[in-house]
Amino acid sequence: MDRIPILRMGEFLLVTIQVDMQDRLAMRLQDDLTEMVQRHRSRGVLIDISGLDMVDSFIGRMLSDISGISRILGAESVVVGMRPAVAITLVELGLNLPGVATALNVERGIELLRKRIDTGMSRANSDPG
Amino acid sequence: MLERILKEQRRELLQQWTAQLAQVATGGRISGEELEAQAAELLKYLDEALQTGSADDINQPAWNPARGFLEDLSRKRVLAGFSSDETATFLFSLKRPLFGALRAAAGKDADKLADEIWKATALLDKLGLYTVKAFQRTREEVIGRQQQELLELSTPVVRLWDGILALPLIGTLDSARTQVVMESLLQRLVDDEAQVAIIDITGVPTVDTLVAQHLMKAATAIRLMGAECIISGIRPQIAQTIVHLGVDLGGVTTKATIADALSTALRMTGRTISK
Amino acid sequence: MPLRSEHDIVLARQAVRRTAQDVGLSLVDQTKIVTAASELARNALIHGGGGQMLLSVLRGDTRVGVQISFIDQGPGIPNMELAMSDGWTSGGGLGMGLPGARRLVNEFDIKSAPGTGTQITVVRWK
Repeated sequence: MDRIPILRMGEFLLVTIQVDMQDRLAMRLQDDLTEMVQRHRSRGVLIDISGLDMVDSFIGRMLSDISGISRILGAESVVVGMRPAVAITLVELGLNLPGVATALNVERGIELLRKRIDTGMSRANSDPG
Repeated sequence: MLERILKEQRRELLQQWTAQLAQVATGGRISGEELEAQAAELLKYLDEALQTGSADDINQPAWNPARGFLEDLSRKRVLAGFSSDETATFLFSLKRPLFGALRAAAGKDADKLADEIWKATALLDKLGLYTVKAFQRTREEVIGRQQQELLELSTPVVRLWDGILALPLIGTLDSARTQVVMESLLQRLVDDEAQVAIIDITGVPTVDTLVAQHLMKAATAIRLMGAECIISGIRPQIAQTIVHLGVDLGGVTTKATIADALSTALRMTGRTISK
Repeated sequence: MPLRSEHDIVLARQAVRRTAQDVGLSLVDQTKIVTAASELARNALIHGGGGQMLLSVLRGDTRVGVQISFIDQGPGIPNMELAMSDGWTSGGGLGMGLPGARRLVNEFDIKSAPGTGTQITVVRWK
């Protein structure tokens, strides 16, 4: 596999990472997502990592970057489905992924995206500047 | 000489050894028949090992059955509640009958007798040490397993409300325990699709920098999973300690009591409480 | 096993996972040693210009563990204290590689000198 498929669901994009990724594949995903968000004017990005049995600093950085880039492009992003062992290991590694929104599973992730987009809009509407 | 005695006088040896064993109190943990059967089995293995191997090195393959038997014996003794010296005594009590047989066989040849006794005693000591080592290993396994069971028992995750879990921590919090506690809590979050986890530390006697760090790690892992974390049961004294230690509990909601935490959690999950 | 390409990092992770499972490490401990191996393998590849990984099972009297060594003939680490501190990076990463990996294992031994390469050995006990 040379790229990770990105699924479009209305105004959201869904990425399900199921393979033990090579670094290059992760970089490519980042590029593809950025391009898709821009092309489809997506409002939210869901990254499902329930298939990942480990997240190291490289993948951690990718998740942070995707979240940062999405925000700049006007989209919210949520990382969903992190396994307990992965969460414990990440904390021990020293990676707290600040600024990355998380949810237990895809359904919860979609709820969270909707909520964040709504509050983001109300904030924008009430902003007189 | 040792080899010949084990081969030809096994029955006499067994009889005398069993008599020796009978003098030691076992408190009903093992029957006389069982002891005799074990003694007979070991004598058989010793005989076999000495036929093909040497008494100098019990690590030779020829000693495999004998060593395997001793390991098995140690395990049974551990589980029956024997001590390590009681277990070693089983083996050492063979010395007397064995030395008696050697003396009878050596006759008036004192040098020969000394040599043979030295050889026999060195062998039995080695086997004794091996047994004690196996005994300790088994006991450590048992202790390790019990610790693990205790850890799991001591971390009950309870469901307070739909989507709200609580973990009442009791006792000290070291890194091994933190890992087990976190693992079971995070797994329950997934299974219950819970949104809020309340860690209650009312039962944690002291909170030092290390404990505070463990709590922060737990809170961070909970957030990474996509749930909220509330730490409750922070007594005034602990609040002071936390401030004095300069520990940053930044980003974690803290409450004085588990009741406060529950009401916050209900609000977080979009519920309102009315009288 | 060799650490010459990105694909080798994936293979290294998988090999460590299998060994950790065989030894009977708990799921969290497996994840920790695999993550540490991923960090160190990538370090050897990127900073050491490639190298190799040696994977073995340690059997003590009362315990068993996984031992992994990462050896490269790269430029070495000129300032060990700096490299082992959180947040410092010589390029690209989040600066969590070495200090982070050390927190994930029970034993961590590093030998490095400028010009002779780096050898890191880690152990995770059951």
